[in-house]
Amino acid sequence: MSLNRDFIGHEAPLGEPLEVTRGDIRRFATAIGDDNPACHDRAAAQALGYADVVAPPTFLIVASTGGSLGGFIRDPELGLNYAMVVHGEQSFAFHRPVMAGDVLNTVARIQDIRAVGRNELLTLVVEVTSNGEPVATVTNTLVSRGTAAPKQA
Amino acid sequence: MPGYADVEVGTELAAQDFALTRADLVRYAGASGDFNVIHWNERTAKAVGLPNVIAHGMLTMATAGRVVTDWVGDPGRVVSYGVRFSRPVVVEDDDTGTTLTVAGVVEAKHDDGTVTVALTATVGGEKVLMAAKAVVRLS
Repeated sequence: MSLNRDFIGHEAPLGEPLEVTRGDIRRFATAIGDDNPACHDRAAAQALGYADVVAPPTFLIVASTGGSLGGFIRDPELGLNYAMVVHGEQSFAFHRPVMAGDVLNTVARIQDIRAVGRNELLTLVVEVTSNGEPVATVTNTLVSRGTAAPKQA
Repeated sequence: MPGYADVEVGTELAAQDFALTRADLVRYAGASGDFNVIHWNERTAKAVGLPNVIAHGMLTMATAGRVVTDWVGDPGRVVSYGVRFSRPVVVEDDDTGTTLTVAGVVEAKHDDGTVTVALTATVGGEKVLMAAKAVVRLS
């Protein structure tokens, strides 16, 4: 079934604010095989001029999708079947790096839903802030495989 | 860290090979919170038309990004990073995993002390990322 176009322009926080701990950053860095001391050790991060351990750039996917695509992306009314979803595009534009101690808030907006052949592309733009200060803009394009309505003859 | 003055358009970053196994996918699922079944369940992956379990696109992106952060030495210096996922990275149930090869080259130097790095990420000679670019601030 096709995605519900009424959701284009829909805007809302994606879940609760994310309190970023050193453990979260270490666990993520370990999972991507990144042994940079600045991601694991506070003193090493401070030697680079940061207040606390620094997250790898793609860590923000955790905040910007509510982990496993939470929030209104899971609204049955939208009609997204998660097993049919693959990732199309992803970008991060940073005002500053994410660090342990941040409390990340998100406002996500469905910018577009459009059919490309038999697939549909959903573009989600997430503004991430901490204490009201901008941290990053995260843009995520999901591919919903085979859900586009067949072309009318 | 490479100095801005020492880097030129065409400067190559050290290429790296990364092995991605099913264990890596499970570990990434836990750390990221992305438990989509196509990343760990062969039965479901095949039922929805995939050749087998595929890696999280974000794991591929994160792994490719290590070539940039390893080069610059400071993950906080990445100003932007974007990719298009052009092919799924299929991960068979074996002990060797799938080899992701990542290379990078400085594509542009900007007046504000940043450079654009273009990344090439391949599996078996096929590109799995397109338009993979990171902007990093050098000293």
